Amino acid sequence: MDHFTKRFRYVLKRQLQAIPIVLAIVVVNFFLLQLAEGDAVDVLAGEAGSATPEYMAELRAKFGLDKPLPVQLFLYLKNVASFDLGYSFRHEMPVLDLVLDRFFATLLLMVSTILLAVGFGILLGLVAATGLNTWRDSAISIFALITYATPLFWVGLMLIVVFALNLRWFPTSGMENIAAFHEGWDRVVDIAHHLVLPTITLSLFYLALYTRLMRASMLEQSGQDYVTTARAKGLTERRIVFVHVLRNALLPVVTMAGVQVGALIGGSVIVESVFAWPGLGMLAFEALFARDLNLLLGIFLLSALLVVAVNLVVDIIYSVLDPRIEVS
Amino acid sequence: MGSFWKLYRRNHSAVLGLVILALVIVVAFAAPLMYPDDPFRLAGKSMSPPGEAGFLLGSDSLGRDVAAGIAHGAKTSLLIGLLATLVAVVAGVFMGALAGYYGGWVDDLLMRTTEMFQTIPSFIFAILLVAIMKPSIESIVIAIAVVSWPAVARLVRGEFLSLKNREFVQAGHTLGMSDARIILAEILPNCLSPIIVIGSLMVATAILIESGLAFLGLGDPNIMSWGFQIGAGRTLLRSAWWVCTFPGIAILITVLAINLVGEGLNDALNPRLRERS
Repeated sequence: MDHFTKRFRYVLKRQLQAIPIVLAIVVVNFFLLQLAEGDAVDVLAGEAGSATPEYMAELRAKFGLDKPLPVQLFLYLKNVASFDLGYSFRHEMPVLDLVLDRFFATLLLMVSTILLAVGFGILLGLVAATGLNTWRDSAISIFALITYATPLFWVGLMLIVVFALNLRWFPTSGMENIAAFHEGWDRVVDIAHHLVLPTITLSLFYLALYTRLMRASMLEQSGQDYVTTARAKGLTERRIVFVHVLRNALLPVVTMAGVQVGALIGGSVIVESVFAWPGLGMLAFEALFARDLNLLLGIFLLSALLVVAVNLVVDIIYSVLDPRIEVS
Repeated sequence: MGSFWKLYRRNHSAVLGLVILALVIVVAFAAPLMYPDDPFRLAGKSMSPPGEAGFLLGSDSLGRDVAAGIAHGAKTSLLIGLLATLVAVVAGVFMGALAGYYGGWVDDLLMRTTEMFQTIPSFIFAILLVAIMKPSIESIVIAIAVVSWPAVARLVRGEFLSLKNREFVQAGHTLGMSDARIILAEILPNCLSPIIVIGSLMVATAILIESGLAFLGLGDPNIMSWGFQIGAGRTLLRSAWWVCTFPGIAILITVLAINLVGEGLNDALNPRLRERS
């Protein structure tokens, strides 16, 4: 079997393994709906208090609430499989449209956060590991410790106080200055300007995480035989660190970036509601306030699916970066 | 015990963490004495800056004393952190022990479940659970425990896998001990150290999750908490920075102290790990 087929098989296997997880997540969602007070239709429509009795009756029939639980579960699965997540009366829009509408803003925030956190995390981890037990290393460790202990929403609020209210360097909230009617490049610059504080806030925790991981990974790699070999060949320390160790030390950081996506979505709920960033997290916060449980469930389901999807992509990247993975 | 303390003392920042944590615990217990009135009560002039009108840390828009809120909030944070961790550790140990000890399909089933729970974005899951069960101490504790147990389960499973074929366990089998007795009395005591370490770190995480939930308005409405104070003060950022600032510092200091204690416990309980790193 040649190399390509092997890799293809591996990726296919991982895809198949994701199916039961997706199914289980949908089932959990179904039971959460059951757990809520009243029947599912009360939750779907009644929470908002503005559903018509006709629509309620129609929903009851659609979900088959008069039928036994397994049948209800099957109907729910069918609806989800056809991307029907119900209707939000608060917003007078189907849940799916609402969620897709807000998806771009969250994606923008998450991508910029990952780039910032992974980029600086690798850099700081490298600095800490090359200057082991010097003041640089200690300073970075203390920074990581403090960042681990700080609630994200509080960091966001403090950044607003300092950089938005007092120094007036950045706007306090929102994604763009709608009243200014910016177009083209001006608009991009305006959005980037609004993006700075939320990105810094959301990336702080992950920055600490990647820094620690990168430091540990560098230290582990520098004890390997190939480093001794490189040293014996007479290579300079600089070349050993940057050409040999760095490449190998990056692997765990890549994996971790995938694993952390779920946590990142949770963090974005907090950060988006602090900065009124109009993404999925803000939508979840609004849904919470309006007691729009079905919308909340829809956001939950889609973010869980997003995590599964990102992990698959990371798996594929990983198998390209590290061909050894196929053996195990 | 003596040697444990000797090892713990070697880590100076862990000792500092322990001192700070002890202070927070004292404040939590002394809160009803220092501020006997309900912290939700109007205590004086609203929006007083720190140090004025008899408010050590200022007052908020309703004239509530920020310092009193922090003192009473200490109890809430510690209580919820401890309870949620306890529930998560018991559940995690149960699942992990069964998976590791029995292996086979039990292991497959439990580990797939754990994997699924780890895939679900945990903070959104916690929000959903509290929103569905209505905010209360119980629902917050359950929600935090539900999103925290998988880490314990994985750890305990790993420990059980490495311990279950050791001689002392085989001796137990030969003596005709029941599975329950081997699991609880023979294997479990041997993996207590890592469980204590992960548990202590989980208290810190639980406090952070609780503050996040309370900030979003999902705290128990009858109980003062740091997250609630910050959430209530965020609209006053422009005019009264102190309402949000001090409760946040309280969270930061408490969580930092618990993390330091956790690392100290790790160094003291697993001395070999320390030398390796």
